[in-house]
Amino acid sequence: MIKIHNLHKSFDEKVVLRGVDLDVFDGERLVIIGRSGCGKSVLLKHILNLMQPDKGYILVDNIAIRKVGQKDLFFLRKQFGFLFQGAALFDSMSVAENVALPLVEHTDLSPAEIERKVAEKLELVGLPGTQDLRPAELSGGMKKRIGLARAIVMDPKYVLYDEPTTGLDPIMAASIDKLIIDLSNQLKLTSIVVTHDMQSVEKVATRVVMLHVGKIIFNGDVQALHQSDNAVVNQFVSGSIEGPIQPKPVKY
Amino acid sequence: MSEYHLLLPEQLTLSNVAEEYALLRQDIRKARNGDTIILDCGRLHLLDSAGVAMLDQFNSLCQQRELRLIEEHCSADIGKIKELFHFSAPTSKKHAPRPSFFERLGQRGYALLGHLSEGLFLISNIFYWAIVSFFNKRLRRQGEVIRQSLQIGLNALPIIGLIAFLIGFILALQSAVQLRQFGANIYVADLVAVAMVSEMGPLITAIMVAGRSGSSIAAEIATMKVSEELDALQVMGIDPLPYLMVPKFYALLLTLPLLTVLANVIGILGGMIIGVTYLNIEIIPFYHEVISVLRYKDIMIFLVKSITFSAIILFTAAYFGLKAEGGAEGVGRVTTSAVVASIFWVIVADSILGLIFYFVEPVF
Repeated sequence: MIKIHNLHKSFDEKVVLRGVDLDVFDGERLVIIGRSGCGKSVLLKHILNLMQPDKGYILVDNIAIRKVGQKDLFFLRKQFGFLFQGAALFDSMSVAENVALPLVEHTDLSPAEIERKVAEKLELVGLPGTQDLRPAELSGGMKKRIGLARAIVMDPKYVLYDEPTTGLDPIMAASIDKLIIDLSNQLKLTSIVVTHDMQSVEKVATRVVMLHVGKIIFNGDVQALHQSDNAVVNQFVSGSIEGPIQPKPVKY
Repeated sequence: MSEYHLLLPEQLTLSNVAEEYALLRQDIRKARNGDTIILDCGRLHLLDSAGVAMLDQFNSLCQQRELRLIEEHCSADIGKIKELFHFSAPTSKKHAPRPSFFERLGQRGYALLGHLSEGLFLISNIFYWAIVSFFNKRLRRQGEVIRQSLQIGLNALPIIGLIAFLIGFILALQSAVQLRQFGANIYVADLVAVAMVSEMGPLITAIMVAGRSGSSIAAEIATMKVSEELDALQVMGIDPLPYLMVPKFYALLLTLPLLTVLANVIGILGGMIIGVTYLNIEIIPFYHEVISVLRYKDIMIFLVKSITFSAIILFTAAYFGLKAEGGAEGVGRVTTSAVVASIFWVIVADSILGLIFYFVEPVF
């Protein structure tokens, strides 16, 4: 279980998070929605300790991630899989090397075992037999799938998805959504999905949290999301121009 | 020249200004330059801020079309209200006070201090990991140092050979003209040998490698930074410094001295060609002269210099690469800065080391 308490973060003048409280329970698929630039990705990076908060703390399985040393931090991070927005595959390596990288670096498995494990994970994400391709030869959707295979290759407990369906066609987006659901069911993962794609929210989420100007303004299931009486939530869900949020860049 | 007589209504408030304004515009539609508009306020007795704003706007419209506007029969109360709400452009020209010279100096100094400590932190980190991964097999990447050495060293051979040859050649030619006047032909060999080994060889090799490999290292790291690949490494529990930078560090430490040796030899060969063809020195005496003038101090100088330069090239490339932000533009910017900074620091270090070795006899 991940517990986020009173998280504050600002970059120079710009305040991004202003007191986020959030609990993520084991086995759920939590979807974090919000407008672009409202701090969703920043929140995810805090969970992985890629960024340090100005105030507040995060507990992962009751361990404060800020306090752990470098060695334990890596151990902690190994429990996490992270799917980056652009998949963040290494161009200089083949698909198999990309997926195998955490295994090569952190385990004593033999090359044959690594190969078997890579093949298994590629099978899971629906791209068997792509081991020898280069990331440059892959389409956007395939890259995300490979990125996902790499994220789950260490059999993590938590998988974090940063806008998994952004930039994909609807069919590919739907298949990624299905993959997220299947993986979390098969591998008993806890998933945190950051997105602003309402279609994928409805399919994936067991619980939805909405972030707006650095605070959580909604927390509940999909049904409650549609019945919410919060004007901001309604506007976001229906995707209309009229409402409390004006579609212009706001400086806050 | 005609006159337009317009009568304002009894009230001019938020509720009716829009319509009244439209009516007024309608009325003066046909007016031409120099016409007179007479605005009769005789009936007006209720005016609010919106009304005043409307009158102001009408006023500016008239000015725009070069019409003369006269207001008549204005009661004292209406005049007061007008005055109260009249829009006036800000008259004060005061700007926020500019930071004084010392404030700016302080800010610059503070920022510089920040960069410096960041740089020192990075340098010590790379050194730390370089030493740790030398003894710890787990932290090493199979074959990575070799691969990087080939990239940095082998592929740079032709261009460095060519440049070194030209430098040695031209160095000998320029000095031969002078030395011949004194009959000191043989000293061309001394001059070329000392200049190449202790100065030009390390310097031009370092500048070429900074331009070739420093830029590519900076660009590679910067691209990985902006495409979140460095974050991805960290998420996988892999520290980017030992994983990416340390093999490159070792590769540079290995190849730059070797490249410098090559540059020295070829540069001296270039000088020899001038000696043989222009000054009529035989090859064997030239060779003996070169060997006799080069002492172990010169060898030490070039080794120390090229090792220092390789560290400088790597640190500047790493520092700027890790600082990249934004997209392709950010990558381009840091690459440029990395090359400029590494050449600058190479030359600075060269001067400092030159001075040190001038005064100090190396004891090792």
